[in-house]
Amino acid sequence: MIKKEMIAMLLAGGQGSRLGVLTAKVAKPAVAFGGKYRIIDFPLSNCINSGIDTVGVLTQYQPLRLNTHIGIGIPWDLDRNIGGVSILPPYEKSTNSEWYTGTANAIYQNLEYMETFNPDYVLILSGDHIYKMDYEVMLNYHKEHDADVTIAAMPVPMEEASRFGILVADGDGEIKAFEEKPEKPSSNLASMGIYIFSWPVLKDALIKLSAQPGCDFGKHIIPYCHANGKRMFVYEYNGYWKDVGTLNSYWEANMELIDIIPEFNLYEEFWKIYTNSDIIPPQYISDQAVIGRSIIGDGAEIYGEVHNCVIGSGVTIGQGTVVRDSIIMKDVTIGNGCVIDKAIIAENVQIGDNVVLGIGAEVPNKLRSDIYNSGLVTIGENSVVPPNVQIGKNTAISGVTVREDYRDGMLESGGALVKAGER
Amino acid sequence: MRAVGIILAGGNSHKMRELTRRRAVAAMPVAGSYRSIDFALSNMTNSHIQKVAVLTQYNARSLNEHLNSSKWWDFGRKQGGLYVFTPTITADNGYWYRGTADAIYQNLDFLKKCHEPYVILTSGDAVYKMDYNKVLEYHIEKKADITVVCKELGPEEDACRFGTIKMDDKLRIVEFEEKPMVANSNTVSTGIYVLRRRLLIDLVEHCAEEERHDFVTDILIRYKNLKKIYGYKIEDYWSNISTVDAYYRTNMDFLKPEVRSYFFKQHPNIYSKVTDLPPAKYNPGAVVKNSLVSSGCIINGTVENSVLFKKVFVGNNCVIKNSIILNDVYLGDNTYIENCIVESRDTIRANTRHVGEGGVKVVVEKNERYAM
Repeated sequence: MIKKEMIAMLLAGGQGSRLGVLTAKVAKPAVAFGGKYRIIDFPLSNCINSGIDTVGVLTQYQPLRLNTHIGIGIPWDLDRNIGGVSILPPYEKSTNSEWYTGTANAIYQNLEYMETFNPDYVLILSGDHIYKMDYEVMLNYHKEHDADVTIAAMPVPMEEASRFGILVADGDGEIKAFEEKPEKPSSNLASMGIYIFSWPVLKDALIKLSAQPGCDFGKHIIPYCHANGKRMFVYEYNGYWKDVGTLNSYWEANMELIDIIPEFNLYEEFWKIYTNSDIIPPQYISDQAVIGRSIIGDGAEIYGEVHNCVIGSGVTIGQGTVVRDSIIMKDVTIGNGCVIDKAIIAENVQIGDNVVLGIGAEVPNKLRSDIYNSGLVTIGENSVVPPNVQIGKNTAISGVTVREDYRDGMLESGGALVKAGER
Repeated sequence: MRAVGIILAGGNSHKMRELTRRRAVAAMPVAGSYRSIDFALSNMTNSHIQKVAVLTQYNARSLNEHLNSSKWWDFGRKQGGLYVFTPTITADNGYWYRGTADAIYQNLDFLKKCHEPYVILTSGDAVYKMDYNKVLEYHIEKKADITVVCKELGPEEDACRFGTIKMDDKLRIVEFEEKPMVANSNTVSTGIYVLRRRLLIDLVEHCAEEERHDFVTDILIRYKNLKKIYGYKIEDYWSNISTVDAYYRTNMDFLKPEVRSYFFKQHPNIYSKVTDLPPAKYNPGAVVKNSLVSSGCIINGTVENSVLFKKVFVGNNCVIKNSIILNDVYLGDNTYIENCIVESRDTIRANTRHVGEGGVKVVVEKNERYAM
């Protein structure tokens, strides 16, 4: 008989639309982070470091990059005879075939997968946070309190609490009430979207609520369990945890890595983060290069100046180019004589010579001012920027652009240039 | 699957001085992120040779650690795989490998059980890229008994530490001298051979009967008039690392764009064991010029014309020039290092000065490292 005490279900199907052109072709968990990682590496590494060797990854939106990245799970030691990592996309059924309509609905559609392992507990994770956490400690907490559901939560400043799902607990940690984005929060413990369920409780709730359209953990499953008098506890977490759901928070979380002693330290021996790294040669820093306070990935070739940057693997930065406060992802090529300020450049982008990114005043973006803000220039993957053009702040570029797309060789601040067609 | 591969990785080289005290030459770190044997292994897998035996003896542990999983080179298949053979005591044999031919002889059962008609025999101490199939095709075309891959050395290189070769105009080898006092040819054997598996078994068995043990002197040189031994000349980069100077020069070659492009960018790739280190980090105070930096490094000082291997820590106000710093070295503040090779896992205390005068200095300090 196959038996696993706890299995993890990792929700990785979301688009992450607030990351704009970065997630146009790729699901948010597969977006690059910190020079050589992808966001999903953090929960996956947490799983294996916590002794969880069975992980179902639920995919739906643009899964190609995720599939190739995860493969059979070798980088995380999740290639197992029994268990290991399984990619779980929505599938056709004899009746009632549907996409994953909500977080809990996605889990419901994979009841049979979970049943195979006869778990006592199921850990629900999402693939869009940067943190290191020992889920085994959380499980011990769950067992000690004889809980049915344990929700991880972290304290946030009281004035920001109204942006989160807030948990109100008594002195023992038992949850008494939930407040979703409350105007007047009565606690500052924000749910992190990490749950441990005792398997019978989860199974019952999923089946009972199976007809619920868009069935969601926060909106339906948790209130259902609460209403049915289940023992629900809050597990307080005080380490580093970062939601990278917006361009600005994504940029900030990357920039925090280059602090002298970063709060989130990737250089510790303990609790390694694993990733699928296909580029292994060392990086080359040339005679003319100037490097100030940055992290740089394997196989990069730097001929220009780099300050306060996170540079991915296989990036080439040309002579006389100056890059500041930017995130440059894997395999990007930047020509000579460019000036780049505060940009996020996604994978495999080509930037011609003498291009200027991030000049002028901050003007709200015309397309989506709610996404493209904070003065960032955002360039989607596989894009091409022709030589000798200037691009302002709060701008977005996607696709193969040519000189004619830039009026007077300029994309003004607040502009967007989204073209179809791939290189 | 026309050939099986054998990599001779058992050797030690006293010319590497302190560097091979703790490891086999084939386990020497090369070019920042690799080990010497990665080149032969990657060439095998890129030539679709799926069954490879590595013969180790001297300090075998260092290699075993690197080869503890074969998946990085895409071996570990149902068809084929990576075999590591260290000498063992059996009912018929109580010796170490007494030479390269003896090493093969002691593992003859492996060769006898194979069904592939050819054998690619190579060493683990050279940095090169090669499609062995091209050599094999040449071997068949020439109807050769043995094909020896050879390389014409530049005038600055010393041919005397290799086997020197003279060929006739049909490229048949007419003269072969192993490590001559005075080299009368600058064409040398690279230690890469192709021959039929049956022939290798016969030659090695015959050798053993006569109590001879070396592949080069007792087979290649002794049989050169009896068997048709041809040379296959290569023009591409090939460098043997088994002296301190050659090792230093080979690493420094990777500072040249054409060498980097050849090994790092052009197809096919060289594979190595993945170590899961974070990207290199440059703190304020870092000044890096014309250098290779590997993953996991943290740099606070000056690095010029140097190769930093994985996980090197460079303290404040350090100056490192024309040096090779091997894996996991900690350099305390204000250290000055010039013309040196610093051994792996070493800890150099603050305010230390090491300069290689008139040659490359190998630095081995065995200081305790205190947890920070």
